[in-house]
Amino acid sequence: MTTQEPLPIDTKVAVRRVLPNWLRNSRRALWPLITLLLIMLADSVVFKGFFNIQVVTDLENGQHFYGATIDIVKNAAPIILLAIGMSLVIATKGIDLSVGAVIAICGAIAATLVGKQNVASSIPLPLIFALSIGAGALCGLWNGFLVAYLDIQPIVATLILLVAGRGMAQMITGATVATFQNPGLSFIGVGYIFGLPVAIYIALAALILVFVFVRRTALGIMIESVGANDKASYFVGINARAIKLSAYLISGICAAVAGLIVTANIRGADTNNAGLYYELDAILAVVIGGASLNGGRFSLLLSAIGVLIIEAMNTGILTSGVAPQFNLTIKAIVVMFILFLQSESFRRFVGRRFRRTA
Amino acid sequence: MKSSRFLTLLATIAVFILLYVVSWARFPTFGSTVVLANALYGNAFLGITAVGMTFVILSGGIDLSVGSVIAFIGVFIALMLRDTQVHPLIVFAMALAMGTAFGAIMGAIIYYFSIPPFIVTLAGLYLARGAIFLFTTESVGITNPFYDQVINIAIKFPDGGRLSLLAIIFLIVLVGGIFIAHYTEFGRNIYALGGDSNAALMLGVPIARTTIGVYALSGFLAALSGIVYSLYTSSGYPLATVGVELDAIAAVVIGGTLLTGGVGYVAGTLIGILINGTIQTYISFDGSLNGWWTKIVIGVLLFIFVALQKLITSRRGQALLSFGRKTRTTVTTLQTP
Repeated sequence: MTTQEPLPIDTKVAVRRVLPNWLRNSRRALWPLITLLLIMLADSVVFKGFFNIQVVTDLENGQHFYGATIDIVKNAAPIILLAIGMSLVIATKGIDLSVGAVIAICGAIAATLVGKQNVASSIPLPLIFALSIGAGALCGLWNGFLVAYLDIQPIVATLILLVAGRGMAQMITGATVATFQNPGLSFIGVGYIFGLPVAIYIALAALILVFVFVRRTALGIMIESVGANDKASYFVGINARAIKLSAYLISGICAAVAGLIVTANIRGADTNNAGLYYELDAILAVVIGGASLNGGRFSLLLSAIGVLIIEAMNTGILTSGVAPQFNLTIKAIVVMFILFLQSESFRRFVGRRFRRTA
Repeated sequence: MKSSRFLTLLATIAVFILLYVVSWARFPTFGSTVVLANALYGNAFLGITAVGMTFVILSGGIDLSVGSVIAFIGVFIALMLRDTQVHPLIVFAMALAMGTAFGAIMGAIIYYFSIPPFIVTLAGLYLARGAIFLFTTESVGITNPFYDQVINIAIKFPDGGRLSLLAIIFLIVLVGGIFIAHYTEFGRNIYALGGDSNAALMLGVPIARTTIGVYALSGFLAALSGIVYSLYTSSGYPLATVGVELDAIAAVVIGGTLLTGGVGYVAGTLIGILINGTIQTYISFDGSLNGWWTKIVIGVLLFIFVALQKLITSRRGQALLSFGRKTRTTVTTLQTP
C-alpha cells in the first residue's frame, strides 16, 4: 500500500450531517414555502386586511377569532386530512381516487344515524363517530386488499369505489339530502375551542398523530421503500402487501374524519356533492408539496402546505372580485405555473435560455 | 404471454355475450338490431373518445381532460353557428384543429417538463372547462339546416334498426384505431413506450414524437367526439359530459387494456362500450331500477372484470385454466410481492 491521502472533507456534507433531518431536507421545502408566501402576498394585494385577525362575538359561539387566514386553514382542514392519507398512498406508488366517495358514504352514515331534525337519536354520539370512521376504515381495507393482495393497479382499484361509492351513499340516505340539527355533530364542523375552529384542531391532531405513527417508527421508511422498489423491499424482508394495505387503511380513516367535518359543516349529507373532486385537490396538494407520483418519498407537512397553497389560491380568486366563471381558468393557470416552478427540467430549460441570451 | 392477452379479451367478450343473453331472456327486444344500433348511437361520442383513451393508456399515460374538451368543442360549435355565418364543416375543421393542438401541447408539457400525465391533463380538465365559462354559462341551442340533414342519414335494417351516421363515425374511428395500433410504426411505438419506456428509448423509439402524438390523437378524437355530441344533442351545454373521462377509462379497462400500458386491444374498447350500452338499456327498460343502481352495477362490473383479468393473467390462474398442461415459468414471470 502506498501513502494514503487524507479523505477530503466536504464541509457542506459535514454541516448537513449535523443538522436535524427536517433542516437537511429544507431544499425540498423551499419551493412550496416560497409559493405559499407568494400567493398569500398576492392575496393581501387584492384583499385589504388579508392578514388581519379580529376577535368577534356571535350568539352561537361566543368570542372567537376571525380573519381570512383562519378561514383558509379552516376550509383546508378536510383536504389536509385527505392529503395526509394520500401522501402515504402516493408514497407506496399508489393513488386513492375514492376519498371523495368515502366522504359521501361516511357523511351519509353519520347524518342518517344522528336522526332527523330535533328528534333525539338513541345512539350515543361517540358510537356514531366510531361507526362512520369504521366504515371509512372498511373502504380503505377494500382498496388496500384490491391493490396489495389482488395486484390490481391502484387507479382501477380505487376507481371502483369512486364509481360505486356515491351510489352506496345514496342508498344509505334514501337519495335525499339528510339534514340534522344535532349540536354535538355540528360542533366539529362549525364549533370553536379557545377561539379557533374545531376543524383546525382535528386536522392538526391527525397530522401530529400520523407523523408520530410513521416517522417515529420504521413504518414511514418502509412505506417509502415499498414505493421506491417493492420487489427489493420484499427481498429485504418487508411485508410489502401489509405496508400497502396500511397506507390505504390510513387514507380511508382520514377520509372518514374529513367526511364528518364536511357533513357537520353544512349540517347535512349531500351525497351528490359532498367531497366532489376533493380527491383531485388532495392529489394536487401532495404533488405541489413536492412528492413524486412515482412513489418513494413523502412529507406530511409539505402536503399540508400544498393544501394551504390551493386554499389560499381559492380564497384569493374568490375575494379578488373577478367574475366567478374565471375561477377554474385562473386555478388551472396557477397550478400549471406552480408545477412548472417545481419541475426540474423546466428550471433547467429556463436557465439555459437565460444563459444563452446573456 | 401472447395467448393470455387474448384470453383477457375473450373473457371480456364472453361476459358481454352472457350479459346480452340474460338481457335478451328478460326483454325480447334485445333480439332485434334496434337495441344494438341504438346503443351504438347513444354511446358514439363516448366510444370515439374511448378509442383515443385506449391509445393514451396503451402508451402508459392517462388523459383526464377529454370530458371538458368534448363540452368545450360542443359550446364552441354552438356559438360559432349562432353568431357567425361560417359553414358547419369549416367550424368542425376548426374544432378538430383546436382539439389536436390542445392535446399536443399537453403531450409536449408531459414529455419536455416530465410532469406526470395525471397532473397535466387534470390541469387541462380545469382549463378547458374554465374556458367554456369565459364564453357562456348557459346552454346554447343549434338550429342549422345542415344539422337536420346530417342527423337523418342512417343505414336502415329490415327489422327497424337504424345505424345512424354518428354510430357509423364511431365504427370508422374504431377501424382506423385498430389499423393505427397494429399496422403502423406509430402504433408499434405506442406499445413499445407503454411496455417499457427505458427499453423503448434504447431501441430508438422516438419518445418525444410518440408521446406528443398520442395526446394529440386523444385531443383530436375528443374534439371529434365533441362534434358527434353536438350533433347528438343539437346544442352546446357548459356542464355537459362531466366525468366522461372516467366512463371512458372504465370502458377501456373493461375492454381488457391494462392501465400500466403496453397491453391491450382497441377492439376490446368496442366491447367495453357495448357492455356499457347493454347495462344502460337494461336499466332503462326495467324502469323500476333507480339511477344510483347504474353506478353500483358499473362499479361491481369493473371489479368483476379486473379480478377476472387478474385471474387469467396470474400464474396460478393460468395453471388452473391450462387443466394440468405444463405451464412455462420464465424469469420474467417470477412472483413479485
